[in-house]
Amino acid sequence: MSSTSDQVSIVGVGLHPFGRHDPALTGMAMGAQASRLALADAGVSWADIGYAVGGSNVSGKPDTLVSVLGLTGVPFVNVRNGCATAGVALATAANAIRAGETDLALAVGFDKHARGAFAASPADYGHADWYGETGLMITTQFFAMKDRRYLHAHGLNDRLLAQVAAKAFRCGELNPDAWRRKALSEDEIMRARVINPPLTQYMLCSPSEGAAAVVLARSDRAADLCERPVRLAAVAKRTRRFGSFEVFAPWLPPEAGQSPSVDAARAVFAAAGLAPSDVQVAQLQDTDAGAEIYHMAETGLCEDGAQQQLIEENETAPTGRLPVNTDGGCLANGEPVGASGLRQVIDIVLQLQGRAGARRWVSRTCTARPASARARS
Amino acid sequence: MTVTAVDPALFTSLDPPRLAGSRCAACGTVTFPAQAGCARCARQDMAAVELADRGTLWTWTVQAFEPKAPYRVPEGGFTPYGVGYVDLGEVIIEARILGDPAGFEIGLPMRLTLLPLWPGPDGSPVVTYAFQPAGEGV
Repeated sequence: MSSTSDQVSIVGVGLHPFGRHDPALTGMAMGAQASRLALADAGVSWADIGYAVGGSNVSGKPDTLVSVLGLTGVPFVNVRNGCATAGVALATAANAIRAGETDLALAVGFDKHARGAFAASPADYGHADWYGETGLMITTQFFAMKDRRYLHAHGLNDRLLAQVAAKAFRCGELNPDAWRRKALSEDEIMRARVINPPLTQYMLCSPSEGAAAVVLARSDRAADLCERPVRLAAVAKRTRRFGSFEVFAPWLPPEAGQSPSVDAARAVFAAAGLAPSDVQVAQLQDTDAGAEIYHMAETGLCEDGAQQQLIEENETAPTGRLPVNTDGGCLANGEPVGASGLRQVIDIVLQLQGRAGARRWVSRTCTARPASARARS
Repeated sequence: MTVTAVDPALFTSLDPPRLAGSRCAACGTVTFPAQAGCARCARQDMAAVELADRGTLWTWTVQAFEPKAPYRVPEGGFTPYGVGYVDLGEVIIEARILGDPAGFEIGLPMRLTLLPLWPGPDGSPVVTYAFQPAGEGV
């Protein structure tokens, strides 16, 4: 393991709740609010921040936040990496600390999307016009087709999608910051409007609005700022390899390749010196209910096909053995793309600090060791 | 009747319909549409290849809501349509799927056909490729 001088901890978090807000409230204003909340949570001021990274997909240039947070001259990097935007903002800020550029950094993400499914430009993804015009370039189609293929390949039934969504809304009901706070039964979810079969409207996350921010510190300084700093053990990111079934693909090779989530998860566990079996509470991208199911296996938290029993026995609920997306995930919060990854991080931080309120994860193991390095015994 | 391809690069022939892909001379990877470089081995040595016109349904869904632009709504208005991936052996390609979704299942034999989209400048239909269950249609 590296020394504490090049380790990074989260010492403050701030969330502008996701959902639908006043049309006049800009994404950037939500980003400023989340940033201020994170600074206050850490007990530091904007002038203390030596490096900032901001992410937004559609709501402006994050570095212009300096005009409202304060013109301190801080270096500020913008990132725009789709659903990975906020995760890349986090990694970039952490790397600035590890590189010795600063002891204290801020990562923020925000977005304010129009209602309804995203419309994508074929040219932006390297495709010709026909691909969009003929109705093949729609994200929700991909989610449905990937889910159907995965469920089929591993002998899982469609009802599992409703069970994942029902769990998300039960968590949302317990989370005062969630957008969708009404529990729905599996039958209500199964019978809801079909968007792209097997997915109904409640099995897909909706584009929404919101912002999230964290303050990061060098770990050997973190205890001065925060009663229970949460160490960021590792971050890894990957793009797809040949044969992985990903969005906006007019063709696939017959030989299946593993998803980038598999590569990134292996890399991050190796870098952290941990194993998937060490994880006691998880956040997994649930752009749709099926994504949560296959990401459980792709990250190594369970075997392909083992999800049926885990989910049916409520083991992925906050009270289960492997709580997943305890704040309701993307399904109950919607997805402001640039902020979503930091919402996931904030939920984990609150859980590890014991600040998650009614949705608090229930530890079934000894908690004598530091929260970030607990092993299941 | 004369028809016009939505993008001529997709086809080697419209009557009968056949699709144009590319094959890497080095590693044999087949792509659709044709592309200049190989996604597998990264070499720039792709040759034109005509794809099989029969395959099996690999996965599918139905587009139940009207997509935003750049999707072009047909003249008669939007109606839900099938979408899937069809396994042609050397390559699996995304396509509009015709027929009753109640009969769709993974592994269903499919064959290539044309789908009229909208009238072209001369009034003749602009078409794209699609697949339908092999036992249906003409």
